[in-house]
Amino acid sequence: MKKKEIHSPDQLVSFYQEMLTYRRFEERVNLAYTQQKFSGFCHLHIGQEAVCVGVQAALQPDDYVIAGYRSHTLAIAKGIPAREVFAELFGKVTGCSRGKGGSMHMFSKQHRFLGGHGIVGGQAPLAVGVGFAIQYRAEKNIIVCYLGDAAMNQGQVFEAMNMAATWKLPVLFLIENNRYGMGTDIRRTTSVDRLSKRALAFDMAHSEVDGMNVLTLHTHVRDIVADMRKNPAPYLLEVMTYRYRGHSVSDPGAYRTKEEVQDFQKKDPILQLASVLREKKLAGDKELTEWDEIIKAEVKEAERFADESPAPELAELWQHVLVES
Amino acid sequence: MALLTFREALGQAMDEEMARDPNVFLMGEEVAQYDGAYKVSKGLLQKYGPKRVIDSPISEGGFAGLGIGAAMVGLRPIIEMMTWNFGIQGLDQIINHAAKMHYMSGGQFTVPIVFRGPNGAAHMLGAQHSQNLDPILTHIPGLKVISVATPADGKGLLKAAIRDPNPVIFLESEMMYGMKGEVPDDADFILPIGVGERKRTGHNVTIISWGKILHKAMEACAVLAKEGIEVDLIDPRTLVPLDEALIFESVRKTHRVVIVEENWPFSSVGSHISDRIQSECFDDLDAPVARVSQEPVPVPYAEHLEERALPSVERMVEAVKRVCYRAV
Ligand SMILES: Cc1ncc(C[n+]2csc(CCOP(=O)(O)OP(=O)(O)O)c2C)c(N)n1
Ligand SMILES: [Mg+2]
Repeated sequence: MKKKEIHSPDQLVSFYQEMLTYRRFEERVNLAYTQQKFSGFCHLHIGQEAVCVGVQAALQPDDYVIAGYRSHTLAIAKGIPAREVFAELFGKVTGCSRGKGGSMHMFSKQHRFLGGHGIVGGQAPLAVGVGFAIQYRAEKNIIVCYLGDAAMNQGQVFEAMNMAATWKLPVLFLIENNRYGMGTDIRRTTSVDRLSKRALAFDMAHSEVDGMNVLTLHTHVRDIVADMRKNPAPYLLEVMTYRYRGHSVSDPGAYRTKEEVQDFQKKDPILQLASVLREKKLAGDKELTEWDEIIKAEVKEAERFADESPAPELAELWQHVLVES
Repeated sequence: MALLTFREALGQAMDEEMARDPNVFLMGEEVAQYDGAYKVSKGLLQKYGPKRVIDSPISEGGFAGLGIGAAMVGLRPIIEMMTWNFGIQGLDQIINHAAKMHYMSGGQFTVPIVFRGPNGAAHMLGAQHSQNLDPILTHIPGLKVISVATPADGKGLLKAAIRDPNPVIFLESEMMYGMKGEVPDDADFILPIGVGERKRTGHNVTIISWGKILHKAMEACAVLAKEGIEVDLIDPRTLVPLDEALIFESVRKTHRVVIVEENWPFSSVGSHISDRIQSECFDDLDAPVARVSQEPVPVPYAEHLEERALPSVERMVEAVKRVCYRAV
């Protein structure tokens, strides 16, 4: 009970609308992909929407975020306009990386979103470098480093956590444990039953949290972040979540049972928060339907922007290889 | 001018740049309390403290990436690889992140970082400690690559590398650290990246060489001079971007070229330069471009085998005579 009171009615509504935006955004992206409007790898976040919503609400706008390739919604949550993410998917010059990054490489210097990276676990040392810079300049920020469960078996992640812990750098290593690395159940490749235990090797603070409940997640992360700001040190947070779709849009996900997927869908973060809104009389069928219509229209508008945007000029091919001075 | 060893010249370059810009820091294995595995960073810890001169764990991938992340948000790291053999562990970060960040982000992020350390065989260190990474590093778009042979070039180009807004690979050699040379002591002595230098003037044949092996090429030049062959010795100093204008100018003068490189011959820097010469100076050539490279074998331990695996003065002399159509 107490936990719920922490969130104002406005916050509850905005969490709901954000999660729904990401759900509808990814659905629309999926549709565009199946219509062959773009190509390449495309990893959706459907089912995991509570994570970035809860995390982002716990951060200040000038904190940093870095992530892997499953990051369309993380980029939007960090402030990049949805239409620029859509345009990036379509390889348009209005995209947040001028159409030169693609689905896996969203960037925004302005919003302190440091990518969008395609080498599993490779972003962990980069995050530690940002943590190093924060400490070097005696700033108060933190960086959140999103990692998949399977990324936790990448050697560089161990190196990164060791350096962060040794030098007390403000890096929140955040595992989105959706149980699979592509088609491999994480338990088949990992000796520990809980990935957060890996922190023990570095004497690092750690915990686990339900990633299907945005409210629990938000308060949990908020407390961690407050502590990190007071006493800079890294933290390993394992967020238990689930992706409903395949690893990428081309994966039917045959390695898991229908029941398993359905079990998680019963705990769907958007449905869970909808019941809270109803209980608190903050929304009923009418509002929920209205919001959905508005959000769908916004997402469609983002796609239209992407559709109508120009492709990069050919000259862009040779630009940005090196900084021109 | 001051007479400095190569290591002192590099140390001075870092010292001056750290004094000039508080965002410059040095990280690597043994760089702080031990003064550097090869003493290049001697005295820097004392002067700048542990905040800016940092002993890292033995995690080349990790601290290469740390440097890149720090550079993305405005610091100017110098990352020392104890040797480039170990730098191979960091290549994932250098190739996948440092070299691509500016491009992938559509020009938003820059990575002003220097990765430096000794490259190539030293003496009897065995196969895993005797590798030259010129071909691998120069292959990757998005990196600048510098390979120097003298203390003055070392100082001037390391300072330029630290000030450059791009990721720069700076290649040194254990065998050169003790070599002495005159070095300008002006704090603003800087050499431009991408500009080579003629280390010796001649009109019979061009030798193109860089890095440590250039010193053997100089010996070869002296031997050849005694036999009446005057060599135009070109040191590109920077491999990427390459001073093609200087190379072509020399080739057009001498019409004969030998490329001397301490690389394996397949897909090497020398093979690239040779290609550029044949396509741009075809009509100027009086003989096919010759190359003296390392033997395509892991570098062996036994002294005489190692010596035979690396380019020798004899083989350089022989190659020059061949392109000059002289009896060997
Ligand atoms: C170093 C590396 N190895 C392999 C791959 C191919 N790959 C891409 S995603 C992936 C699975 C990663 O799973 P996880 O870290 O759990 O993230 P999730 O996809 O579940 O979000 C693999 C093997 C890669 N991109 N990088
Ligand atoms: Mg996973």
